[in-house]
Amino acid sequence: MQLFDLVFFVFALITLLSAFIVVFSRNIMYAAFALLFTFFGVAGLYVLLQADFLAVTQILIYVGGILVLLLFGVMLTNKVVNVEIKTGTLQTVPALILVAVVAGSLAGLFYSMWRGAGIPQEAARPTTKILGELLMTSYLLPFEIASVILLVALVGAAMTARRNRNA
Amino acid sequence: MGSLESLWHDITAWLPHVQLAHFLIVSAVLFALGIYGIVTRKNAILVLMGVELVLNSANINFIAFARYGAGNLDGQVAAIFVIILAAAEAAVALAIVLNMYHRFQTVNVDEVSSLKE
Amino acid sequence: MAPDTLLTLAIATLLLPIAAFTVVIFFGRRLPRQGDWLATAAITFALLCSLAILFAKISWYNAETLALNFTWIDFQNVPGIGPLKIVLGIAIDNLTAIMLAVVTLISALVHYFSIGYMAGDVRYSRYFAYLGLFSFSMLMIVLADNLFLLYVGWELVGICSYLLIGHWYEKKSASDAAIKAFIVNRVGDLGFFIGIAILFMTFNTFGLKEIFEGTRLGTLPFGSQGWLTATGILLFCGAVGKSAQFPLHVWLPDAMEGPTPVSALIHAATMVAAGVYLVARLFPLFTADALLVIAYIGAITAFIAATIAITQNDIKRVLAYSTISQLGYMIMALGVGAYTAGFFHLVTHAMFKAGLFLGSGSVIHAMHTALHHQHDHQTDAQDIRNMGGLRSKMPVTFWTFLVYTLAIAGVPLTSGFLSKDEILAGTLAFSGLSGHLIIPLTGFFVAGLTAFYMFRLVILTFLGGHRDAARLEHIRESPKVMTVPLVILAFLCFFAFYSFNPIGAASGWVAQAVERPASVVPAAVAAPPAGVFEEALHHVHGTAMLLSLAVAGLGILAAFATYYWRKISADDVARALAPLHRFLLNKWYFDELYQAVAINGTLAFTRAMRWFDNTIIDGVVNGAGWATKGTSFVSGKFDTYVVDGLVNFSAYLSGFLGLVLRKFQTGKVQTYIIFAVLGVMVFYFVFRLV
Repeated sequence: MQLFDLVFFVFALITLLSAFIVVFSRNIMYAAFALLFTFFGVAGLYVLLQADFLAVTQILIYVGGILVLLLFGVMLTNKVVNVEIKTGTLQTVPALILVAVVAGSLAGLFYSMWRGAGIPQEAARPTTKILGELLMTSYLLPFEIASVILLVALVGAAMTARRNRNA
Repeated sequence: MGSLESLWHDITAWLPHVQLAHFLIVSAVLFALGIYGIVTRKNAILVLMGVELVLNSANINFIAFARYGAGNLDGQVAAIFVIILAAAEAAVALAIVLNMYHRFQTVNVDEVSSLKE
Repeated sequence: MAPDTLLTLAIATLLLPIAAFTVVIFFGRRLPRQGDWLATAAITFALLCSLAILFAKISWYNAETLALNFTWIDFQNVPGIGPLKIVLGIAIDNLTAIMLAVVTLISALVHYFSIGYMAGDVRYSRYFAYLGLFSFSMLMIVLADNLFLLYVGWELVGICSYLLIGHWYEKKSASDAAIKAFIVNRVGDLGFFIGIAILFMTFNTFGLKEIFEGTRLGTLPFGSQGWLTATGILLFCGAVGKSAQFPLHVWLPDAMEGPTPVSALIHAATMVAAGVYLVARLFPLFTADALLVIAYIGAITAFIAATIAITQNDIKRVLAYSTISQLGYMIMALGVGAYTAGFFHLVTHAMFKAGLFLGSGSVIHAMHTALHHQHDHQTDAQDIRNMGGLRSKMPVTFWTFLVYTLAIAGVPLTSGFLSKDEILAGTLAFSGLSGHLIIPLTGFFVAGLTAFYMFRLVILTFLGGHRDAARLEHIRESPKVMTVPLVILAFLCFFAFYSFNPIGAASGWVAQAVERPASVVPAAVAAPPAGVFEEALHHVHGTAMLLSLAVAGLGILAAFATYYWRKISADDVARALAPLHRFLLNKWYFDELYQAVAINGTLAFTRAMRWFDNTIIDGVVNGAGWATKGTSFVSGKFDTYVVDGLVNFSAYLSGFLGLVLRKFQTGKVQTYIIFAVLGVMVFYFVFRLV
């Protein structure tokens, strides 16, 4: 067991534990914050996987953008008096069974197929430059389309969420 | 029972040396949890959180394979795009949820059933 | 005249009446005078043709038989029977030629008479149409050279008899009489038909020439002589029915319900003579036993009819029984072997019997008119007790009637004397050869009775005084169209027409033309051949003539003594022999016997069959109905509970499943997501394991 492995287990634990709380908690705020920690855990995993740029991007966008958005959503859509915002669940049992099956089979699949796989790359290198080059050359079209999508989503969301209903 | 014994030995021998499979298993569990969240939660926002979990698990898969499987960074590029799209999707989804809230005065998914007979 | 011409004339004779029938039956009412002139003209032409044929045949073709035939059916191979070929045609020998003349002559005279008698009748044109049809049918019988056409004509005359007897079908007695005639004839025709069938089965042909030839060469029905006799008797059954012989004689008296000219034509001269003609035609085919049966039946018939005739009071009834008796004579003559005599008597009888009927028709016509004038609708115009003294008012009718009566009584210088004398001589010869004495005894006794009752008829009708003087005033002689035929027939009753010898007909043209044909039956069962018979005849000829004169004289004397000079009281005799008188007056109770046995027997059988039908057959049908009901009931229950149960169950199952499966449609997307993911996992496992 090296340091690498230990760090991996720590981050994995953070991620999965937070994820547990996200899906099992009855309190929305707890869930939201657990989601924060999940994102952080995933970012850590990215670092272990030599994806430095992505780790930071993850935090920036997921935590800084999406999570904040979700929190705003929580705030705006709950008749809130107190911080405790309870919520219920649906069809728990079937979902549990399903989930167990899915997890089990996927894990088993991955284990059996790629147990001995993985040739780590020689050395760690910064990925930003390489990613930038890739985005500008091989993946130019998806890049541009993605930006258009962002624009559309922006405008669409703004329009959809408008207050006035003069239609 | 001999096979179970040997299986256990195999797993415990394999476990400490982190490789591709470990990351993939993490992503698998994350995925499962995300599904659970989507399927189970009543509150629309919490359903969206489940969706984020699923997307994240997919990202982990991409990046793990980029590192261990292919020599290039195509997986990371894919992960970038996933993040971009996740952001766009979250924005639009929340706009819809706000609309839903204005319309039905609730964000419980089982209460917005005016299309149902 | 070439043979073909004769044959063409024969065809013309045959077809003229049927052509008249066709036109008159369809268009009669629209023709002027309802078409009587058309029918009469047709039959007159036919008469002229027949006379031409007769003259030519006897003059130039005396010994030949002129024939014309065509193949009607020729199937090469009928499965199960083999080749089937039926050849039909006509043949003219002397017998046929004479019959042609007789039939057309009497028919023509009756046509003329009917113009006067049936004037104003409600179905005038139809009457003449049927007369034409009858003439055609009778001529077909006479011309046919095969049993097929003969039988067709035979049945057709039966139909015409039915139609004409029932001419006034409003009267129940008339329609009953028509049915009786037809049915009694049918009984005889059944035997005839079976006989024809046996002959066809044996010889595979209907043609008489072939049948005779075949029998002569030794082919016997079913290979036995007994069957040959039986076949002969069966064929004779047809004659028994048609010629009103015992036991099928009961229809002829009732047939007097028809118009009198019809009685003259059909029931005196022609149709009833068809039976005699048939026996004459088939004469070669009869064995000695069959001929004996024929002779006895003829004798019995003659006896029964004569005994009944002396008690009857209706003028036509007397004549009807007289006809039956004379037909018995003819049949008897043929049976004993006096072939020429029998046929000769047929010809002479046709003349004087037709004359007697037409004469009585004249009388009845006059009586009807007189009663009509007196507005008397009660008195029977045909009852001779209501007549008398008509001689003064109807001289032509009287004198012609007297001539006919002399002929039938067998008084010399008449044709009837010649023919009856020959017959009686024949019976005497026969008894000499075979020992059956009863036949000539009967013959002579009946001759005496015949003279008696015929003169009784003449005396009571024409002589003496009329009961009602006022009525007598209204009696008038009939119009010329009715009296001229009477005169013609009276002339034909003189001996000179048939033979220049007043006491022997053997040299006359009829006897010369018609010879007894040779029998084709095996010699062992044949009657004594013609030569032997002739020999015996010679010896008894004189005796027979004396005897016949004696009995005729006695009969006439008795009649005058009883009814004219009133020396003997008929009523006293009747009272003295009351049971016998009653028996004779009621026609030997034949009708009652048949009613009790045949008719009631048939009705009883009918009732039994009806019981059978109602109880058993209907029972079976009802049982089948019940069974069907039961089956359908069970089936219905099955359908309701099992089949419907299944259907209902499947519906219930669908509903249940639907109810269950409906739960899947929660309307919640999250549920659907579970199912989607579940589906993916299922696919994964399937592909993993396979």
